[in-house]
Amino acid sequence: MKRQVLVIEDEPNIAEAISFILSRDGWSVSTHASGTTAVQAVRDAKPDVLILDVMLPGKSGYDILQDLRSADDTRALPVLMLTARGQKTDRDLAERLGVNRFMTKPFSNSEILTNLRELVGG
Amino acid sequence: MLTFNTLVGVCFLYVIMLFLVAFVADKRARRSKVRFLSSPMIYTLSLSVYCTAWTFYGAVGYAARSGLEFVTIYLGPTLVMIGWWWFLRKLVRVGRSQRVTSIADLVSSRYGKSNLLGVLVTLIAVIGTTPYIALQLQSVTLSFAVFARDRSAGWVIPDLEQTAIWVAGGLALFTILFGTRNLDVNERHHGVVTAIAVEAVVKLVALMAVGIFVVWGIGGGSQGISAAIQQAIQAAPEGAWSLQGGRWVGLTFLSAAAFLTLPRMFQVLVVENVDERQLATASWAFPLYLFLMSLFVIPIAVVGLAILPKGENPDLFVLTLPLYFERDGLAMLAFLGGFSSATSMVIVASIALATMVSNHIIMPLWLSTRLGVDASEYRDARQILLSARRLSIVGILALGYFYYRISGGGAALAAIGLISFAGVAQVLPAMAGGLFWRGASRSGAVAGLITGFVIWAYTLFLPSFGEAGVMSASMLADGPWGIAALRPQALFGVDGLDPVVHALFWSLILNCSVFVSVSLLSFPSPLERLQAAQFVNVLDQSGPARGRSFNAATSEDLLVMAQEIMGSDQAQAWFQAQAEQQGKQGYLPDTTPDFIGRLERELSGLVGTATAHAMIGQILGGTTVSVDDLLAVADETQQMLEQTSQLEAKQLELTTTARQLSEVNEKLTQLSIQKDAFLSQISHELRTPMTSIRAFSEILRDGGANDPEAAARHASIIHDESVRLTRLLDDLLDLSVLENGQVQLYPRREVMREVLDRAIAATSSVIDQEKMHIHRNRSDEGVALYTDTDRLAQVFINLISNAAKYCDAKDKRLAIRVRQRGGRLQVDFVDNGSGVPLESQSMIFEKFSRLSDQAAAGGAGLGLAICREIMDKLDGSITYLPGQSGAAFRVTLPIGTQSPFGRTWPSDINHL
Repeated sequence: MKRQVLVIEDEPNIAEAISFILSRDGWSVSTHASGTTAVQAVRDAKPDVLILDVMLPGKSGYDILQDLRSADDTRALPVLMLTARGQKTDRDLAERLGVNRFMTKPFSNSEILTNLRELVGG
Repeated sequence: MLTFNTLVGVCFLYVIMLFLVAFVADKRARRSKVRFLSSPMIYTLSLSVYCTAWTFYGAVGYAARSGLEFVTIYLGPTLVMIGWWWFLRKLVRVGRSQRVTSIADLVSSRYGKSNLLGVLVTLIAVIGTTPYIALQLQSVTLSFAVFARDRSAGWVIPDLEQTAIWVAGGLALFTILFGTRNLDVNERHHGVVTAIAVEAVVKLVALMAVGIFVVWGIGGGSQGISAAIQQAIQAAPEGAWSLQGGRWVGLTFLSAAAFLTLPRMFQVLVVENVDERQLATASWAFPLYLFLMSLFVIPIAVVGLAILPKGENPDLFVLTLPLYFERDGLAMLAFLGGFSSATSMVIVASIALATMVSNHIIMPLWLSTRLGVDASEYRDARQILLSARRLSIVGILALGYFYYRISGGGAALAAIGLISFAGVAQVLPAMAGGLFWRGASRSGAVAGLITGFVIWAYTLFLPSFGEAGVMSASMLADGPWGIAALRPQALFGVDGLDPVVHALFWSLILNCSVFVSVSLLSFPSPLERLQAAQFVNVLDQSGPARGRSFNAATSEDLLVMAQEIMGSDQAQAWFQAQAEQQGKQGYLPDTTPDFIGRLERELSGLVGTATAHAMIGQILGGTTVSVDDLLAVADETQQMLEQTSQLEAKQLELTTTARQLSEVNEKLTQLSIQKDAFLSQISHELRTPMTSIRAFSEILRDGGANDPEAAARHASIIHDESVRLTRLLDDLLDLSVLENGQVQLYPRREVMREVLDRAIAATSSVIDQEKMHIHRNRSDEGVALYTDTDRLAQVFINLISNAAKYCDAKDKRLAIRVRQRGGRLQVDFVDNGSGVPLESQSMIFEKFSRLSDQAAAGGAGLGLAICREIMDKLDGSITYLPGQSGAAFRVTLPIGTQSPFGRTWPSDINHL
């Protein structure tokens, strides 16, 4: 059974790149572009791991992460955060909120794969 | 045998002796050899001016008429002296510290240096003392007459009035010589005081000699005297010798009050006081003196009553008893005792009164005639003041003489004395209130004094002239206009009281009541309050007033003080240098005036002139801070306050500057935060396309996509993102240039229609792609422009492509309308989409304010920010128009060919 990954990313080109890389590695990838409906999308998709952008229309990645961590069904969900704002304060905030991995854009493809594999224990 | 010439000769010699004593004492005092003068004994003896001829002769008469009652006259002063710590000490301290010259000066000074009060007290004192001086002249004259009567056979009977004139003249001469020889700031007269001390001894010795002669010479010792007293009591009229409680209390109080308020007593008690410590000795020595003076009064009286023929004047028993027994030497001594009593009183009283009259009446009058005269004209003030004193002395003695002539010299000595006492006692409330009650005010003192004085005159002084005098018999009996309540000797129906007690009771009760109530109702002036504090708190403010002694101890005190102010090392060095200048070793120079002056200047630089003066004065003179000093201190304080307010103003300025700086700082911080946010935003905007580029280029590099179609697509994404990146950089540079004002504009003539055509042509690809229809009214667009039309086109391009990208209508339409309004050109771009949400309308012109959910349309969010900068530079504007069917932007421009950049731009530079 393929590992499920949900990519929440509003930049279509980036979402496409991530989808391509992960599909090729054998993941089952779904994407979502809106911040507002992201939490519902996570509930619906029930992924094994989540890739979350920070700058999202409607609701920021931090808010989504906070919601996920405060709900029982999503509390343990491994989350990899991606952001184009690579400042230390952003990383600190994410870690306080309970992120599992934090990566800045642009990233190397192998790095994102390594991180995902570690997160799902494979 | 005593001849008249002998008598006059002895008198003359005695007076010469007094002159010599006064002269020597004055001389020694001027050489600062004041040691014996500051002896408490001299001070105590000088207080004996209280014992006048009235006491010397009159006490015996008093005892002969009323028994022991005469003791009250001694009891009052005794109580005052014993209670000196409570009242006299304060009075003397105030007198010293305020450099008070008389009782009038004291009251005037206490109530804010009120000259009205000075005049009032002076008048009361003159009126109250004149009968007393007349009394002394009368007693001297009477005593001459006694000798004359007894030896009429061999004597030329002297004209009594002539005698009085001679006596008055001689006293005036003595007083002028020794009372006005010099103008001492402290009004002290060492010569006079010493002479009076000598006279005090003569008085005491004379009276005791007569007493001893009477008791053991003719009275048969103490047993004989006891028998004579029993006999006298039985022989006396019914009740005359019995004790009357009310009268005793009243008279004791009266004599105590008079002891404090009589001008001559104030002169010797306070003004002539050299050292406050003298009071302690006098507190027991003076009562002892009074006791000795009163010891033989009763024996002389009873023996006189028993032995001398009926009808003999008891007032002269002291003189007539020795004469009766032909003891000429003793009679001579008794005469000299009486003469001493009279002269010492007249001398001191006239000095005190002359000081008051000249200081409070003559000098103010003289000064008022000299208003506006240059200060140098005052050089003769000293001479004027001395002349005023001398004139006053002559005037006062003349007044006494005329009173003696008018009153006829008939009334009993004691009665006249009591009237005087009651008159001057009216000053007591104002004086005591001034010393102990801070609330006492000038108005209260004036009102109380006038009230008391008027009541005294009405109930005691005027009736004393007798029924033939000022008041008629019917007025005394029935009151004025028959109003019984106003009977002078039974005021308000209080009948049956002794006239003196009655007058004393009403005058002082009303005096006090008016004084207190008016004080409570009136508000004192600042100077009054200052003086009140000085007087009432005098004991807290200063140490005991001591003589001005220029010795090492003073110098040391000055050094101690200077160290406090200048610092130990500096003060010691300075004092050492001063001592060296005087040729002395060590740190303690002599306190010469020169040295004091330099020290004062030295300290002035540190604590201010007034304070320095006051501090040095306090140490040197034993004189405390005067009001003038205090006022000067207040002035300095005022200056300091002004400086403080200047500092405050400066501080305010600094605070303002600091606030401005903090505002600027706040702005800078804000700008810094904005810059950080901007950089963070740019970072994001750059990283986003970079992410796609990197991800897809890695995919291509790793050959991950074998599918050529996919590879082509990935390559085209890399291309698009690179273009986006480049455009972002272009926009950033463009915006940076526009914002920094470094932009170069190229204005030229063009018609609006052509500019719009170009803009639409430039956006044709996106218009086609989004299938948007543009509606124009070309006939409105033939407006001539003179501006940088390339920049204007850039704005239009931005607006058109935004409409194409962001209009969310199915059938996209954009209307472009051009019109002229109020001298300006309006170009509206209105699409048929849902428009910009209200909450975002204010933000869309900010950098990177791209509405996020439309990010997919591309663009960095700088477009409208750039538009706004361009329109600003073109002297136009761009705004969002709310309330239209869709998103609506209005661009405004100045109309016509006029250059928006002013006439300096030639119209033909469009080639630039």
